[in-house]
Amino acid sequence: MNTWVYIDHFNGQPAPASWEALGLAKTFGAATALVFGQNVEALAKTALEYGADTVLMADDPALSVFSPEAFTSTLAALVSDSPPDLILFPTTSLTRELTAMLSIDLATGVLVDVTSIELTDGQMVATRPVYEGKLLEKTTCSATPQLITLRARAFPKPTPETGRGGEIKPVAAVADGAVTVEKFVSGQSGVSLTDAGVVVAGGRGVSSDPAEGFRLVGELASVLGGAVGASRAAVDEDYIPYANQVGQTGKVVSPDLYIAAGISGAIQHMSGMRSSKVIVAINKDPEAPIFQDSQYGVVGDLFTMVPALTDAFKKKLGK
Amino acid sequence: MKIVVCVKQTPDSEAKLTAQDGQPSWGDAPLVINPFDEYAVEGALQQKEAIDASVTALCIGPDSARDALKHALAMGADEAILVSDPALDELDSAGAARVLAAAIQKIGDADLIFFGRQTIDNGTGLVPAQVARVLGWPLLSLVGQMTIEGGEIKVERTIEEGKQTARAKTPAVLSIMQGVGEPRYPSFMGIRKAGKATIPVWTLADLGIDAPALVVRRAKLLNPPVRDTKCEIISGESPAEIAEALADKILAEKVL
Repeated sequence: MNTWVYIDHFNGQPAPASWEALGLAKTFGAATALVFGQNVEALAKTALEYGADTVLMADDPALSVFSPEAFTSTLAALVSDSPPDLILFPTTSLTRELTAMLSIDLATGVLVDVTSIELTDGQMVATRPVYEGKLLEKTTCSATPQLITLRARAFPKPTPETGRGGEIKPVAAVADGAVTVEKFVSGQSGVSLTDAGVVVAGGRGVSSDPAEGFRLVGELASVLGGAVGASRAAVDEDYIPYANQVGQTGKVVSPDLYIAAGISGAIQHMSGMRSSKVIVAINKDPEAPIFQDSQYGVVGDLFTMVPALTDAFKKKLGK
Repeated sequence: MKIVVCVKQTPDSEAKLTAQDGQPSWGDAPLVINPFDEYAVEGALQQKEAIDASVTALCIGPDSARDALKHALAMGADEAILVSDPALDELDSAGAARVLAAAIQKIGDADLIFFGRQTIDNGTGLVPAQVARVLGWPLLSLVGQMTIEGGEIKVERTIEEGKQTARAKTPAVLSIMQGVGEPRYPSFMGIRKAGKATIPVWTLADLGIDAPALVVRRAKLLNPPVRDTKCEIISGESPAEIAEALADKILAEKVL
């Protein structure tokens, strides 16, 4: 089977889950990577290193800024030339729009935010969380090409092979869309929450001094090379921007390590992080529900425990 | 200026959900307007106040979904329409988009279509872009603040990487984010008005379309695996001693 994999990126910075999608495609057979944008040849080469056998590259000023309409029309034209059975995407806000529009153009369906795939009698059966992770569904798409977006960190990331070659085939861009982008102001940089291997999150427990609380949470995250998360309570109180919210109505994360500081563990929060490998809770209240889902717990004040933990890791990790 | 706000009814976000015989069950938790859609209603009502727009709430669902529309009316929407048909019991997101697009065309003269970012039930987040594509109108997604002037809409979008200012000609489709501001509570007068409002029900025959083909199907609904953990509480004489012990435990897990 020839699977196409869309390499999602922002200004040439790839979404890491694109490589996870490429790794999955290789388990089905040959993989063709799709790289769209302007000045994206370096990204096309990286796709070869991550295992793509061929890259279809649309390198064109018309694609310099992501436009769901232009990217859809470009991809739809390629599909009508030689339709694949399956196109994989990393789940990002951009691919939600791209796959949505493609599903209309190609009269097919999208399986969104998939965490595992099995092949049963030639049919892909995908598992995805629904009701914000409170339940799982197994779902199928009866039309082709099947469009599937994969949740970040749900599939293994392949190891790149430096200098690995392959064919980069230029393809035509199709200009489309009527939205003009006037200005872009870059937000906070750092590790993206959904791709992070470590997340340190703060909640209502910071309320006596929110700025200091999140400074301490941020320090621990930075020592561990992780990202900062927050509970809805902390976001509602304006302690930290919405972009950091984990759980229902926020982001779903599944890092290897999740440290929850001053978070009680409401069901809406837990549904957004319960697939983390190891959960550690720091909370003053020994009855806090978060402890039920945690491997390790400390009953104590985050304002003393978080900096103590930062110091301990600095020493042990030699930082 | 006419704004159509598409809303959906979902189980309350506090509800504990379980899969029972392949169906979701939320016990006696209430059904509510999808929390993200409240931001879309709020955004539309701000424009109603700013530029005298009219606001129509639109929903696909069973008869009980009237309550979600009544919530939008109680917040201040001018009118509400329910699309309900037994043939729509099973509907995928592209199908829902085609039905909504047909209803929007039947409403007529809409300048802007507002959606919440996604629903908290199926949560695909696909429908706003699908509706935009079916109608052939520009999509402005993840919008916080906006200004509408002379047939053009200018928005501030909060994307993963930062803030983007973008504009498009109307008619256009928008998905609205938290940046628009906290949704208002229904007023007492609003609740009374909503209680008395008649909500027209449109069937597929009224829309003049057939039931859309079902492409994406749910084969099975499952309860997530139980997290079989026993919490080990780390204690010690001082925060430093506890932190030392906890750091060792975490390092032994080999997750760093």
